[in-house]
Amino acid sequence: MEAPDSVHRAIDAVWRIESPRLIGGLTRILRDVGLAEEMAQDALVTALEQWPETGVPDNPGAWLMTTAKNRALDRLRHKKRVELKHREMVVPDRDIPDVETAIDEDVGDDVLRLMFIACHPIVSTEARVALTLRLLGGLTTEEIARAFLVPEPTVAQRIVRAKRALGEAGIAFEMPPLAERAERLWSLLEVIYLIFNEGYAATAGDDWMRPALCEDAMRLGRMLAALMPDEAEVHGLVALMELNASRSAARVGPQGEPILLLEQNRARWDRLLIRRGLAALERAEALGGGPYTLQAALVACHARARTAEETDWPRIAALYGELGEVMPSPIVELNRAVAVGMAFGPEKGLEIVDGLVDEPSLAKYHLLPSVRGDLLTKLGRHDEARAEFERAASLTKNARERELLLKRAHSATSS
Amino acid sequence: MRFIVFVKASKESETGVMPSDELLSEMGKYNEELVKAGVMLDGAGLKPSSQGARIQYAGGKRTIVDGPFPEAKELVAGYWLIQAKSKEEAIEWLKRAPFQDGEVELRPIFEVADFDMSNETRALHDDIAKQLKDRDKA
Repeated sequence: MEAPDSVHRAIDAVWRIESPRLIGGLTRILRDVGLAEEMAQDALVTALEQWPETGVPDNPGAWLMTTAKNRALDRLRHKKRVELKHREMVVPDRDIPDVETAIDEDVGDDVLRLMFIACHPIVSTEARVALTLRLLGGLTTEEIARAFLVPEPTVAQRIVRAKRALGEAGIAFEMPPLAERAERLWSLLEVIYLIFNEGYAATAGDDWMRPALCEDAMRLGRMLAALMPDEAEVHGLVALMELNASRSAARVGPQGEPILLLEQNRARWDRLLIRRGLAALERAEALGGGPYTLQAALVACHARARTAEETDWPRIAALYGELGEVMPSPIVELNRAVAVGMAFGPEKGLEIVDGLVDEPSLAKYHLLPSVRGDLLTKLGRHDEARAEFERAASLTKNARERELLLKRAHSATSS
Repeated sequence: MRFIVFVKASKESETGVMPSDELLSEMGKYNEELVKAGVMLDGAGLKPSSQGARIQYAGGKRTIVDGPFPEAKELVAGYWLIQAKSKEEAIEWLKRAPFQDGEVELRPIFEVADFDMSNETRALHDDIAKQLKDRDKA
């Protein structure tokens, strides 16, 4: 017999694999995502009680499904009895759906509907992130709290409130109607990308990388790409994540210090992720693209260059121009300035940056003075450059980044 | 976490006997499930070892040995590259593979976090990488 510890880990693994379709199937029957998760959790608790005694069943997924189904059925019967008592009228039997057949319907659709519910705009963005990781990523509340550096009760409360809001609003478990579809899909992509970025770069404190969230997000993105193969932007997002993740090993130095893209050792970039990212980008572009696809195309310019010198800066500058048209933003413009500076000389880049210094949304954005400092250095205007790097250092919340910026300020002084 | 899964060879795979249509279609479905779950990153089947070769190193000496190689069960006939949250999850997925007999071997891949290279080791590593690159250019 297996040790209880290994049984628990096996149960965790089964949960991770089965929970999205389990909760999705139960939501379809119960019409209540909160209740569905409760039933699925009940089944999990039963497994935790029984499996250490009986061993893990041969088909643990089916076991969980059956157990949860029975719970759901009990709950529906109970609800019906209560309703009967209250209303003292006969409710026809067809009010209890045929759970057996209902749960075996198209599983893919259930998972997709569950994704759309978890990312419903009626709940806050933080709650969407937490719900998605919990209902579809199989993460526990504690794991989510740890990953996002917030107290566990905060996450628990977000999830409870979100589930209540979804229940009260009577959000239907269905594919969003055509009129809302684009907006709802956008929310889904946004949530997945938020999870990825949280893992990819810490915004505060010393912990530069929490890579597990990147993997969770990429997995969610790949799931979505398989469920919605005709949506260009889903593939665009997958491409963007895989291409960015390909640089993980190269972007942090031995002391944990960040290494800028152009200074990275490209031998350490992950070829498999690059290959997967470029393939996803190709699909996205063939389907029409969009802002995520354009961002992936930008990252792809770096991924395709074997050395930093080979980077196709004019193409990057042009892509930022296109991105600025579909998604006008001073940050995009700032990035275009960097690319233009690389492609056509620092004074051309500085012209664009100087047009941005009065932009109120960039007033506290450390990369504005950082980019300006970089261009000034290249133009030999070191005193101005030093002031910009110092300003950038005072604005960043990331300790590692601050260190790097102060170093640049210092070297501007000494040259 | 990423894992590579080696599918061990058999007498059939080594003699070039193709799997039955049934197994191929089951395998197709299984792969599709892995892809849908966002778990499968890569995978391929390998030709028999009779079409391969071994390069043996002994000091400065290199010896080339052409296949086939004995001990079919010790050879690899294919691989998957998967991403899973834990070794247990990877195992759980593989328990569902449609094999009737044979064996697969699961090995975690080193990730960035696993390397705690000292400065010197890192410098050495980068130096070797650079030399290899320069040699490629020459």
